[in-house]
Amino acid sequence: MSSPSGMGAVGAAGPLRQRELLSAAEVARIVARMAHQIIERTAPEPVVMLGIPTRGVPLAHRLADRIREFGGPAPVVGTLDVTLYRDDLRRRPTRPLRATELPDDGLDDVLVVLVDDVLYSGRTVAAALDAVREYGRPRAVQLAVLVDRGHRELPIRADYVGKNVPTSRDEEIGVLLTETDRTDAVVLRAYDRDQR
Amino acid sequence: MRHLLTTAGLPRKTVTALLDTAEALKQSLLGREVRKLPTLRGRTVVTLFYESSTRTRASFEIAGKWMSADVVNISAGGSAVAKGESLRDTALTLTAMGADCVVLRHPASGAAHRLAGWVPAHVINAGDGTHQHPTQALLDAATLRERLGDLNGRTVTIIGDVLHSRVARSNIELLITLGARIRLVAPPTLLPRDVAHWGNALASTSGDWPVTVSHDLDAALPGSDAVMMLRVQTERMHGEFFPSAREYAISYGLTEARLGLLPEHAVVLHPGPMLRGMEIAYSVADSPRAAITEQVRNGVHVRMAVLYHLLAGRDDQTPGEEV
Repeated sequence: MSSPSGMGAVGAAGPLRQRELLSAAEVARIVARMAHQIIERTAPEPVVMLGIPTRGVPLAHRLADRIREFGGPAPVVGTLDVTLYRDDLRRRPTRPLRATELPDDGLDDVLVVLVDDVLYSGRTVAAALDAVREYGRPRAVQLAVLVDRGHRELPIRADYVGKNVPTSRDEEIGVLLTETDRTDAVVLRAYDRDQR
Repeated sequence: MRHLLTTAGLPRKTVTALLDTAEALKQSLLGREVRKLPTLRGRTVVTLFYESSTRTRASFEIAGKWMSADVVNISAGGSAVAKGESLRDTALTLTAMGADCVVLRHPASGAAHRLAGWVPAHVINAGDGTHQHPTQALLDAATLRERLGDLNGRTVTIIGDVLHSRVARSNIELLITLGARIRLVAPPTLLPRDVAHWGNALASTSGDWPVTVSHDLDAALPGSDAVMMLRVQTERMHGEFFPSAREYAISYGLTEARLGLLPEHAVVLHPGPMLRGMEIAYSVADSPRAAITEQVRNGVHVRMAVLYHLLAGRDDQTPGEEV
């Protein structure tokens, strides 16, 4: 999870309520639908899918696998750590850095699809756009997210959205993926205002 | 982490976090045309050097600049220090001008530690007398990790002027923290007194002090995963420590023949500046076993990692919490 308060700090007392928004089967169906949408909008041009750590990375790989399976042009998958470009570094304890692995041919003149699990404030995506610019000048950059939970703080929107989930700021969206969490699901956790 | 003054007592978790950050930075800068990260924009780093230095100072300056910090270099000659200003006053002046971090090199052991108590800025020890040089030990560990993988159970042989070497002291502490075993090989005159029993006096090692001492280089080489050559620090030698440079080179120089005694995978390190023909033969310094240029390259990434851990996050964290 790369968004500052998408899932992040879990209070010592744990959430008051936790509700499953998406089951494993629904996650799989949504990923497949997003893959179709990406093909519809981008084929025949192959895309470079850049996953934003942590959970954007397995999502990027899943989308790429589905795109290949559905006969779309084979995407190149990379990872892009945006930590060094964040505008909120000084507000939190030092964050560990994650891997950045870009295609050997760079990002010049290609179609990049950034992939993240949750779109919230938009600050992670803004940092990602800054990071992309350091590595090259893509022809275009699009954004794919599994969950859009609203509360944008910047003029940013996603091109491919798995599910729109209206939330309050007191809630957290937890995206669980087998690669990182041993199971597939999206959960909504509600916290007592005082606990957070 | 507020300051980086010594490798002694640095938790393994912190060391690993620093090395991982250095590796991530190295990777993220690899093959880039523009090596510039915005991470430390608006932060000011002052390097304050009371001793001569090429690589350490340049390395810190490049590390700061690649992360967009403003870097100011001050050396003792040509500054108010030459007019008699004390370290404390110089440092307070610099922090009053807005320095967020002071990188200090000083001939007196403990200088960085004193400075950390005087100024509100973060202090990085870039070498204090014969005491510590933590970023050198970190870059050595990064280089060894790259070549050998996990250092747990590895044997590192440190050869030469251990007595005057802050590099050796920092490395001994750091490598032990990472699980390595240390062999010190030097003439008796260039070893600190009783170094084989230091473990008893140090709280950080909890009894186990995996350091052995020998005066026979040829016997120590076959079981070594890495050798670390130290420069003979004639500038700190007030007295006779060995009969002649030639005799030192014969007994303790890493020659081509001695390179053959090392296992195939062993790595040769030297913190520089090298005295070729003295502690290390010309051909050995240029052999593929030597990781000396890698050390220098990793030095920039390690110092970026240290600056990142000190300056990027919120200030109020306590050591160990940042990981």
